[in-house]
Order: sequence, then C-alpha cells, then structure tokens
Amino acid sequence: MAVPPEAAEQAAESHESAASAPKPHVKRDQVVIRFAGDSGDGMQLTGMQFTSESALAGNDIATLPDYPAEIRAPQGTLAGVSGFQLNFSSNEVFTPGDEPNVLVAMNPAALRTNIGDLQPNAVIIVDREAFNESNIKRAGYTSNPLTDHSLDKFQLIEVDVSKLTSLAVHGLGLNNRAAFRCRNMFVLGMLSWLFQRPIDNTITSLKSRFKKTPELIEANIRVLTAGYNYGETTEMFASSYEVPAARIAPGLYRNITGNSATALGFVAAAVKAGRPLFLGSYPITPASDILHDLAGYKNFPIYTFQAEDEIAGVCSAIGAAFGGAIAITTTSGPGMNLKGEAIGLAMKVELPMVITDVQRAGPSTGMPTKPEQADLLQAMYGRHGEAPVPIIAASTPADCFDCAYEAVRIAVKYMTPVILLTDGQLANGAEPWLLPDPDKLAPIKVEFATNPEGFLPYARDAETLSRPWAVPGTKGLEHRIGGLSGENLTGNVSHSPANNELMVRTRARKVAGIAREIPPTGVFGDASGDLVVLGWGSTYGPIREAVKRVRANGKKVSHVHLRYLNPLPGDLSETLKRFKQVMVAEMNMGQLLKLVRAEYLIDAFGFNKIQGRPFKVSEIENRINQVLEG
Amino acid sequence: MATVLNRKDFVSDQEVRWCPGCGDYAILAAVQKTMPEFGIAPENTVFISGIGCSSRFPYYMNTYGFHTIHGRAPAIATGLKISRPDLDVWVVTGDGDGLSIGGNHLIHTLRRNVDIKILLFNNRIYGLTKGQYSPTSEVGKITKSTPSGSIDYPFNPITVALGTHGTFVARSIDIEQKHLGEMLKRAHAHRGTSFIEILQNCSIFNDGAFNDVSDKALKADHQLVLEHGKPLIFGKNRDMGIRMNGMRPEAVQLGATVTEKDLVVHDETNLSLAFMLGHFEAPLPTPVGVFYAVSQPTYDGAVNQQLVDAKAKNGAGDLRELLSRGDSWTVN
Ligand SMILES: Cc1ncc(C[n+]2csc(CCOP(=O)(O)OP(=O)(O)O)c2C)c(N)n1
Ligand code: SF4
Ligand SMILES: [Mg+2]
Repeated sequence: MAVPPEAAEQAAESHESAASAPKPHVKRDQVVIRFAGDSGDGMQLTGMQFTSESALAGNDIATLPDYPAEIRAPQGTLAGVSGFQLNFSSNEVFTPGDEPNVLVAMNPAALRTNIGDLQPNAVIIVDREAFNESNIKRAGYTSNPLTDHSLDKFQLIEVDVSKLTSLAVHGLGLNNRAAFRCRNMFVLGMLSWLFQRPIDNTITSLKSRFKKTPELIEANIRVLTAGYNYGETTEMFASSYEVPAARIAPGLYRNITGNSATALGFVAAAVKAGRPLFLGSYPITPASDILHDLAGYKNFPIYTFQAEDEIAGVCSAIGAAFGGAIAITTTSGPGMNLKGEAIGLAMKVELPMVITDVQRAGPSTGMPTKPEQADLLQAMYGRHGEAPVPIIAASTPADCFDCAYEAVRIAVKYMTPVILLTDGQLANGAEPWLLPDPDKLAPIKVEFATNPEGFLPYARDAETLSRPWAVPGTKGLEHRIGGLSGENLTGNVSHSPANNELMVRTRARKVAGIAREIPPTGVFGDASGDLVVLGWGSTYGPIREAVKRVRANGKKVSHVHLRYLNPLPGDLSETLKRFKQVMVAEMNMGQLLKLVRAEYLIDAFGFNKIQGRPFKVSEIENRINQVLEG
Repeated sequence: MATVLNRKDFVSDQEVRWCPGCGDYAILAAVQKTMPEFGIAPENTVFISGIGCSSRFPYYMNTYGFHTIHGRAPAIATGLKISRPDLDVWVVTGDGDGLSIGGNHLIHTLRRNVDIKILLFNNRIYGLTKGQYSPTSEVGKITKSTPSGSIDYPFNPITVALGTHGTFVARSIDIEQKHLGEMLKRAHAHRGTSFIEILQNCSIFNDGAFNDVSDKALKADHQLVLEHGKPLIFGKNRDMGIRMNGMRPEAVQLGATVTEKDLVVHDETNLSLAFMLGHFEAPLPTPVGVFYAVSQPTYDGAVNQQLVDAKAKNGAGDLRELLSRGDSWTVN
C-alpha cells in the first residue's frame, strides 16, 4: 500500500520509532467493538466501513447503531453521543454483542456514556486531545478520567488522533474543520491494522463517496493510511488480533439492515405478483427509511406517497388496493394508533394490504430511537369490533425480507390486511444476507375477477374463504363496498343480525385458516425438556445465543421462535406442552405470554425487559439458570 | 366507438333511503342525469365517500363505489387515483365529514391538485348523527349539543378551498338542477381537484337553511350567479349589481347613475376576486357558480411522469440487480 511519505514520517516522528520486526498476531474467536463519538464525528460511517472490512474478511457479523435522540445536540454533550456496535466472529453470530471488548471514544462524553457497558479489561482507545478541560466538564466529569485512575481496570490506549490527523493532511490546504472531520479515518486505519483488515476496500469506497470533492479523497486516504501505519509502527499496540473467517454457507452476500430488507421484500413481492407497489406513509422514526428506500426504486414501478398523516397513509394504500396495486403502509407505534380505524375497514371490506409497524419504545412518544415489542396486543386487538388481522413478525434484519414478502403473499391470497411487526433494533441493525434467488421465491398469484357471469363480490373460495379481487375498470363487475355490515355474497348493506354473525365468523375463520400453511414449529434443541424459551421478533438473537450456551453446559433447554403470531401455528400448543416449563422472553410486560396462556391454558411465565434496549445474552442465560435451579 | 350512455346506466338496484324532502335526492338526480354526458363508462367511474347521510351516495350509483370511514374519502381517492390514473374518481362528502374530521385530508388533496372531483354536500348540520351543529353552522345555532347556541365561528367551504389554492372551486344548490348539472360538467372537464360546495337542505334537522337562495320567491334577490367575463348582476329584475367602493364590494341599484360599466366583471382566474366573492355574506347576495378555475399540473400526473422518467433513465426495474446492489461479497 502506498503510504504518503510525509504523513508516515510525521506520524512516526511524534512517537518513538517502532521496532521493525512484525508484531505478533493474537487469535480471537470474537470481538465486540463499539465506536462512540459526537454525532458529527462520523462514527456511523466508521462503523459501517469496518463492518464491510470484516464481512469481506469472512467473519459473521451483526451490527447496531445507537443514534442520539436529538439530531444535533450541542457538541461534546452526553446527549450528542452517537454509537455503532459491531460483533464479528469466526463463529455464527446472533446479536451485536452484550459487552464491548473494544471501545473507541472520540471525546469524554462518548467515554462516559459507554463505559458502563464494557467488559472488564476491555480496550479503550481515546483521542487524548479531545479530553481537554471544557470537554471533560461538558461530559460531567469532575476530573480527567485519563489521569485520575478511574480507568485502571481497562487497557487504556491514548492516541493523539486530532494532531496526527492534521499532520497527515498537512499541505493539502484543508481548513481546520475539514481536517478535523477526517479523524474518524485515522481511527479506522488504526483498527484495520489492529485486526489485520486490508484497507483497499475502504479506499475504493472513499473514492466513490467523495467523487465530487477530490481533495477529500486524498485527505481521507492519507489519514486512513496514517492510522494504519501508526498501528504497525508505534508501540501503542503490543500485538494485533486475528479473528479468522467464520464457516458460513456459500453464496453471494450483502450486509443489510432490517428496514432495507423490509423494503426489498415488498419490491420482490410486487414484482412476483406482477403489480405495481404502492406505499402510503408518514415519516416516523424508526420506520422512515423504508419510505426513503422505496422512493428510490420508482422504475419498478413503485408509487411512494408521503401523506399528510398516518391515517392518510393507510387510507391511500386502501385506495390503491381497491385499484389492484400491492398496497402497503409503514409506521411505528404512534402512527399505528392512528391507523386502527382504517385497518378495520380494510379487514371488513377484505382488501389486501400490509401494515408495517417498526415498533419503538412507548408509551406515547417514549424513546423513539429505541426498540420495544409492546405493540403485539395492539396489532392483535387494536380495532373496535371483531376485527382479526394476520400478524407476522421478523426475527433478524435479513428475516425482514422474508417476512415482508410472506406478508404480501398472505394478504393477496386471503384478501386481508396483514400486520408486519419489526422493531427499531431490527430496522437499524444489520447482518450479512445471503441474497435470495428471485426465481425461487414462493409464487404470488394475483387473479382479478373478470367474468360478470354470476359475479358476487363476497362469494368465497372454498378453501381459503377469500373473496374475489374485482378492480374498477372491469366491465360488468361494478359493485359497492363499504364499512357497513354487508350481506353475505352480495356485500349489500344489511342489518340482519344473523347475517352479521355469519360474516363476523366467516372472516374469523378465514384468518384462522391461514394456520394450514404455517410450517411445523421449529424447535432449537430437543423436542422436550426442562424448559423452552419462547420468543418472537428481535429477541431471536439473544435467546438463541443464551440457549446455545446453557445447552453447551448440558441443560435441557430449547428455543422456539415464532414468525406467525396470528394465527398461531397449529402445533404450538403440543410443542410447548412437551416441556416442563415455558418461559416467554419479550421486550414488553408479557404480551405473547398473555396470548399463549389464554389460548393454551399453559402456565407459562414471562421474562421481560422494557428499557428500550435488547436483552443481553447474559441476562437470558442467567435467568434460565435461575429458573432451572428453581 | 363508445356506446351512448343514459341515466339508467348509472342507477344502482339499491333502494334510496334518505328522508323525504332531503336535498340529497336532487343531487343524486342531477349526477345521474349528467354522468352519461361525460361518455365515461360506469366501470371506469368510482365514487368514494366518507360517513354521513351524504356519504351513502355511492350505493345508489351503478359505478364502482366505496363507502369508507368518516372523513377519509379524499385520502382513499388519492391512493386510487395515483395508482389508477385511468379512472374517473369522485368523492362525496359532507360538511362534517369533509371539514371537521376530514379537514386535513380535504385541504391536502386540494393543495396537491389530485385529479379527483369532490362534491361537498353542505347542509350546515350533522344529519346522520341526528342534528348536532357542524363546522359550517352559523354562530348561535341551537342544536341538541348546543342548547345555549353554538359559539364557534363557522368555516366557509369556498374560502377554505381557495386558501389551499385549489384549482377549481365552485358552488351550486341541490335543487338548481340545471346549474348543478353545469357545475358538474365544468368540474369534470377540469384537470386537477375540482371542489363543488353544494348547498343541501336537510329537511329534518336544518330545514330551510338555504331558503333565501333556493326559495323561488326569494332566490333572485339573494343569488348571484357568477359567469366568467360577465358583470356581477342579480335581482328579480336583473337591476342590481356589485360595484367596488374603494377596496370594498357593495350592492348597487342599476339605473341612470350606475350602469353595467361600473360593475365588477367576473374573472375565474383571479384568486383575489374569488376570495372576495367567497366572503360575501348578507346583505350581499350569495354567489353561486365557478369562483376560481386555473389550469395547473396534477399531482397524479406528476407522480406517474416521475415513474416514466425513472424507467426511461434506469430501465424497467430488475429485481435481481436491485437485491445485489451495494457492497456484496462471495463466500465459497
Ligand atoms: C370516527 C367516527 N366518529 C364519529 C362518527 C359519527 N358520525 C357519523 S356521520 C357524522 C357527521 C356527519 O355529518 P356530515 O358530514 O355533515 O354529513 P351529513 O349526515 O350531514 O350528510 C358523525 C359525527 C363516525 N361514524 N366515525
Ligand atoms: S337527516 Fe337530513 S341530511 Fe340526512 S337524510 Fe334526513 S334530511 Fe337528508
Ligand atoms: Mg352535514
């Protein structure tokens, strides 16, 4: 790799010259690293770039950004800290990791907000110059943590990142601010060396990122390289680490966030259905990225409509569904509340659509950037009247693709709105995704009614109980639908009490019948035992890892994770009853727990966390051990 | 060649169930009579409504129809029109449906200029829920929910629509069949959101609310029929007019001193004039007709153009290519 001689020299100069003998590699199975800095410090970019390097090196990975709630909190404050966590391993990875063993802290606020999460003896890399008096005070420290021995139980590595960065860009004519903004690349270079990652890929991506400002390409590459060489040549690091490649199924991979996977799942479904996709949506964290992504794919064709509110978002989708589009709406909890009445209408008139709720911590505005699973019962029951709606929940970022696709498939096949639940953790978290082959995706058949002979808008398919999709523009099928109780077959307004009960029961049977197609419930571990941990949604990772660990210690514990929440799988009751105890782990007060207890008369109990933070593997592991010890 | 359509093609088999004397019957009659003239087949026509007596309308039209939820018809119609620009989409709403619970959707639809036709039946009362005052009820209205008289100031549907820069804003009256038919034709011919406020008599809960403009004996003196390019004249003997007195309009008697030349000439493309006319209240006459009509690109047209452009630029969407975008790597 060509090193700008000037930068290398100056970087080396500022420290004692290093030994020329190559440093030893230490092998590690797994590393959890967290990048933290001010929201303007480029930590997300650094994290994502390091993730790409790790993926290319063959590790299994999982990532999670941690955005501050405020867009631009004052510099140097605790509220302004932005973080990005990456877990990379030579084994299969299920979560972004409990406790980082490496923390990069670009300023005192970043140190202070993250120190509590670290493993004992973790490596902390700081930009020494950022620990000046005013930053220390702004972070709420009364003394300098770098010198007051409060960090003695960690391996503290102090680097003059700011100074070395400005030396590296010396002579390029960059102003101080622009030079300062390259600091993250120094860190990335240093870590790339520390974990023996080639930086070629990063150089390529810097070139495309800064296409329009060539001076920044040069500057960033210089700083990146200077950071790399700094690791190599100085004595700051005694050794580098190697995390060997994981054994991963062969194929073409890409790193994907849950929101992007959700968007792609919908595109794929619309393409397979041979219909345009229509998204009606109102911006809300953490769902907006689905809207952003889809707005860029217009040529498929995809309609994205940023409505005046969530009600208009779902209603416009209902209108598009009436017209024959693959209609979807996307939102998070507060918006979900607003959509309730319209979802009830879609359910009653039996038009297909998918409502995605990217759950966030509530109640009310709550913690908008943090995940939770407390909208399950709202999805189940959040409408007046008897208004059953199928519910599907994604369990990992990449799984969002499959679930979005499946939600559309069910909606169209059964002529019903379907609710897709994801959450903020899945939405922003990322993992490698084995690209699906479009030809192998399940078929999605759309057949519009065309024959006026004996046409009845609410005649039903004998098996699915689904009604015909008769779209405007079809001669001879003119008909009226609406929210008023409708007569069987014709849909004409009817106030007949018996007819009303018939229709309510028919729609409920239709939704319940979807259970026929739910694959047998998978059990991780043995089919019977002392304890089964039941979960749904984003808790998949920590539950799976925890169950793996206790099983490795010989415990008779299994894991069942649900994708289909309404209807529940037909074999779930027997599956659960083969275990002495059933523990439902959820990021809420026990919502799936209520459902399984009510449905199956099982004396299940809950393990719950409502902190806007995912479960740590260790929390579930400890809980399992406690339960087994009784 | 399109077959000739007649009124019957637009009449559904459902029994019409408004109260006797309700103005909705007259509106339905005018719509069913006028639709055939558009030459658009019933299957390509969609009526979407919210909730209210007025919103029962789609059941009686032999077109595609959707009786939705309270206030949301414009949003549902917008989704349909964007994705199915080939359809002729109509919205029927009431003063409560369109201006109270659905006010937000109404103004945003008008603002965007989605190519749909909105008929707002204004009876200045909540009919379906049995007679509470509405956002267009006059101050002091005594109803079951306002036994001491309502105290909030009403909306004026015309100026609300003009305030959004709606591109076609008109008013007509339920029983003025000829005028209403003309307005429907104008609204249909317009590309963009057409908004017609139709003054509608609720014979049960607000009977006679528009007597001054609909009663045969009174209307000539109280109705001001707007016609583009013509002076503002009204009155039984066509001897009254509207003149500007400085910045204020006034009703004047035509005669020796005041002639037609002194009167305001209606110009449908003048937004300020439209606002002024929209604000007319007694003793000035009530204007009916087209207040404002201008041509502007439609939202659905622009959306679909963006799709066409994206396809021209990037080709038709290729799913396999889309899935593999971004940094990808192969594991062997
Ligand atoms: C969400 C909701 N809130 C309230 C109602 C009750 N409601 C039905 S129609 C209506 C008012 C209708 O008034 P308007 O739009 O003027 O129609 P009209 O009956 O006068 O034609 C109300 C309040 C409802 N159906 N849905
Ligand atoms: S209550 Fe009034 S608006 Fe409703 S149908 Fe009767 S007369 Fe018409
Ligand atoms: Mg009304």
